[in-house]
Amino acid sequence: MATDNILILLEVTPDGHLAKSNAGLLGIAAGLGKPVALIVTSQDDAERLSNAAAELGAAQVLLADDDSTSFVTPSVDALEGAYLATTPTAVIATHSAYARDVLARFAVRMGLAINVDAVDVTRDDQGIVARHSAYGGTYNVTSAVTYGAPVITLRAGVADARAVAQPVAAEKLLVTKSVRRSAVIDAREVSDAPVTSRPDLRGADRVISGGRGLGSAEGFTLVEQLADALGAAVGASRAAVDAGYVPQSSQVGQTGVQISPQLYVALGISGAIQHKAGMQTSKIIIAINKDETAPIFDVADYGVVGDVFTVVPKLLDALAAADS
Amino acid sequence: MKIVVLVKEVPDTWGERYLNLETGLADRHASARVIDEIVERGLEFAISWAAKNPGTEVIALSMAPVEATTNIRKALAMGADRAVLVADEVLVGADITLTAQVLAAALTHTGYDLIVAGDQTTDGAGGVIPAALAELLDLPLLSRLASIDVTGDEVRATHISERVTLSLSASLPAIVSVTERFPDPRLTNFKGIVSAKNKPLEVLSVADLGASIDVLGSARAILTDIEAKPPRVAGRKEVEDADSGKRLADFLKQNQLA
Repeated sequence: MATDNILILLEVTPDGHLAKSNAGLLGIAAGLGKPVALIVTSQDDAERLSNAAAELGAAQVLLADDDSTSFVTPSVDALEGAYLATTPTAVIATHSAYARDVLARFAVRMGLAINVDAVDVTRDDQGIVARHSAYGGTYNVTSAVTYGAPVITLRAGVADARAVAQPVAAEKLLVTKSVRRSAVIDAREVSDAPVTSRPDLRGADRVISGGRGLGSAEGFTLVEQLADALGAAVGASRAAVDAGYVPQSSQVGQTGVQISPQLYVALGISGAIQHKAGMQTSKIIIAINKDETAPIFDVADYGVVGDVFTVVPKLLDALAAADS
Repeated sequence: MKIVVLVKEVPDTWGERYLNLETGLADRHASARVIDEIVERGLEFAISWAAKNPGTEVIALSMAPVEATTNIRKALAMGADRAVLVADEVLVGADITLTAQVLAAALTHTGYDLIVAGDQTTDGAGGVIPAALAELLDLPLLSRLASIDVTGDEVRATHISERVTLSLSASLPAIVSVTERFPDPRLTNFKGIVSAKNKPLEVLSVADLGASIDVLGSARAILTDIEAKPPRVAGRKEVEDADSGKRLADFLKQNQLA
């Protein structure tokens, strides 16, 4: 490869900032070659976002105008333009709702192979390979492509790598609009950023999760108290979600979010395989559960067989005492 | 009106799931296999829409080994009118683009006005097949839907992602992907199971589709290595006493987590 450009599709939040996941994406790209970032955005935000992308390590920024009425295809057209202009060694974006749609359409359009939900992207002597964590972290799988640039989606929040800031080198990308059929966006509603100061579940360093053992939505506030004391995100088992204690967006497990935080605390969670598939790759796992035979203890570094309603308040007291 | 629902058989997430360490393929015999639950929600939508709109045909389409027939029958028992299964040895280990190419050929074979898929299935969680099909068949994509409304030849739907809700519309034919916000699927009853036995289930090979699908000649994703992660080993475990809270706090501090 002559250039070794790594083309990255950056994701912009609804309020016009770079999504948090982009830092890891650029970190990974910088380890593979020259990170070239494509940003599809309105002209008003272009300069500010270019600066932010350079700050995160983009050596080159390509800007394409957002078309706010067609769903997905404008970004596919922009990515096609960026690909043709930079002939990259790989095309990478976050495994998000937006980027999945864009990259799948792009890969098929360009006749490229796609590898999804990677947890790392590295190089071996044959080229670029994607590493995956399959079946909730039970298997490590490595994938590559037979030829052409691999198109890869990277799981949000898994990349620790960060790139050094680069001088801003941004340019406008000329995009040829395709004639592919597209759904029309008739209305757009953006919910406010969560008022809570708690981190997002995806990508959080620390996660406190609650299960059916919390007994009720009121009981579940205990999970939130511990989360706030530790600056952690709040998660839940499927049983707690099904019981209505918390919204589905908090669900950790095979049918919810799969995470690998530094710390995972499971409160009143039995540890069904369903749930373990979403959290067993966490660095340190603490479990508190009344049932000493609960399978969650099999994966816990520290297990307490006991009542969350007595253990957790004492833990909160001990943490508060240490702070004062 | 012809609605095709893409049906995927997956290992049941309530049990242990295995990959074959020689081939990297899902070990289909080692775990119970079911229709993915997100797919069942898609089926539920199609079947209840058909019940309200006479003249609608619901077709369940799947690409899987021929053993999947049992689970495809479940789609018929739920209420789909007929099923098409593309089963072919040459598709073992198919990557995403090959899968999409085969499904696109099968969809051209069945015909369609509306294609319904699950947003992400529980096995691979790839969530890219609907978009890949949209590109291959030049269809409008309405993905990650919370609700859908089909009137005449127009589909209106609500797309949800983390903080954005979009009202989307497109004219048919179109492809949609549903999320867990869709209603729970119906349970199959005895009557449904009996009637499923008499419904057509067509098993096709790649050659039967009559499409030129170049299995090896195109860029493909391949698995190069697989290993089973050593299972986690349980650490210390103690029964609650008066100092449990304090010891937990100390443990967190020792690990720089508090």
